[in-house]
Amino acid sequence: MSYWSWETFMDALPIIITGLNVTLGLTVASFLLALAAGFVWLILESTPVKAFNFIVYWIREFIRSTPPIVQIFFLYFAWPMVPYVGTSFTPFVAAMLALGIHFSTYISEVYRSGIDSVDKGQWEAATALNFSVKDKWLTIVLPQAIPPTVPMLGNYLIILFKEVPLAATIGVVGILSIARSYGAQTWSYLEPLTIVALLFLMLSYPSALLVRALEKKMNRRFDKKKMKVKVTE
Amino acid sequence: MEPIVQYKNIHKSFGDTHVLKGIDLDIYPGEKIAIIGPSGSGKTTIIRLLMTLEEPTDGDIYVAGKNLWKVERKGKMVPAKEKQLADVRKDIGMVFQHFNLFPHKTILDNCAMPLINVKKMKKGEAREMSKQMLDRVGLGDKYDAYPANLSGGQKQRVAMARALVMKPKIMLFDEVTSALDPELVGEVLEVIRDLAENDEMAMVLVTHEMDFALEIADRVLFLDEGVIAESGPADEVINKSDNPRLQGFLKRFRA
Repeated sequence: MSYWSWETFMDALPIIITGLNVTLGLTVASFLLALAAGFVWLILESTPVKAFNFIVYWIREFIRSTPPIVQIFFLYFAWPMVPYVGTSFTPFVAAMLALGIHFSTYISEVYRSGIDSVDKGQWEAATALNFSVKDKWLTIVLPQAIPPTVPMLGNYLIILFKEVPLAATIGVVGILSIARSYGAQTWSYLEPLTIVALLFLMLSYPSALLVRALEKKMNRRFDKKKMKVKVTE
Repeated sequence: MEPIVQYKNIHKSFGDTHVLKGIDLDIYPGEKIAIIGPSGSGKTTIIRLLMTLEEPTDGDIYVAGKNLWKVERKGKMVPAKEKQLADVRKDIGMVFQHFNLFPHKTILDNCAMPLINVKKMKKGEAREMSKQMLDRVGLGDKYDAYPANLSGGQKQRVAMARALVMKPKIMLFDEVTSALDPELVGEVLEVIRDLAENDEMAMVLVTHEMDFALEIADRVLFLDEGVIAESGPADEVINKSDNPRLQGFLKRFRA
């Protein structure tokens, strides 16, 4: 049995760090896709055709209730065999699509909650002032709906980041894959996998702190306004 | 003189609740109308229909002779498109009970934004007009304040400036003093009084301020259980009517 070796640790560290490019790249790419697709769900679920909205709702519900790893496997192994539309993806693209679409189902709920938090009176005032539908959304509703959702979006980014190693199962070479092959070659798994855990901690924890600070800032912003109102009244 | 607005046998239901049961009403240019009545009688619904915030269940509303909600196509009346509604809305402004100012904009931008976005006015010109209107409602020193930093009375005056700057021909007031602390009501009524005396536009006020209605309205409508139960010059309706329901309402109101 071998014990903890700093020598191995120092040897593995620079090798594993090279995988951060892919791990972070996949995180960012999936998240951007999720942010965009989240809007698409919202739009598809609020068409004038009720039956269509209903179908979209259940598709979204289905995607949300299925484990991401099943979706990654499906897109990578099964999709190419689907008649007519099937096409094969590189591991990176398959993982990005699967994670991005999976998380978009949550993100669209976040958007929905942000939009619902805008008072009905805001829509009515905008109608009374004869704003076009586009201007209502762009100048009145979204500027009020988006800021409160930023902390929630941040939380999903962190959760997504921690799901990215799933992509190792189809051969995306991120930090986890590199650590595993390092272990396979040298028979020391302890140090490389510890490094992976530490890297995740070092990236997740500060992000979580940042999200918490944002959350507090949002809350304080409203407090301050309330207090000022009291002073003037 | 031709009426600027006509309601013809208007009905409105919300689910099973039949709120308006056949409203016929003509509003003439420049006329000042007060609508009074118990809560739930449909007062607010009447003006919300004109502002296109609600669609009538039955009946027609005409604005300057044009059907508001319907359009003729191939000999049949079909629901009007947003473009037609937008066209009619140009002439109508509304002030709400809960102000509905845009909280993420300064009060100057609250007024200027509709001019820039809707009337496609140049930014400088829009701000200049907005400043004049804010001065008129007594908020010339607050251009850069946000709504959250204003008192209720100030907010309502901004809301009026914002509606006025669009130069509507008809202005709707939906219980604009009901959400205010009693000591702030006066400053808002003062602005409305100024408008009633010096402005050409028609005004429809849904209100619980009887004395104020008596003072500024050419005509008072008493709405009861979804119909216009009394209609006439303010003094006759409020002081001389022998309608028992109206007398009951006024008595309860003044008690």
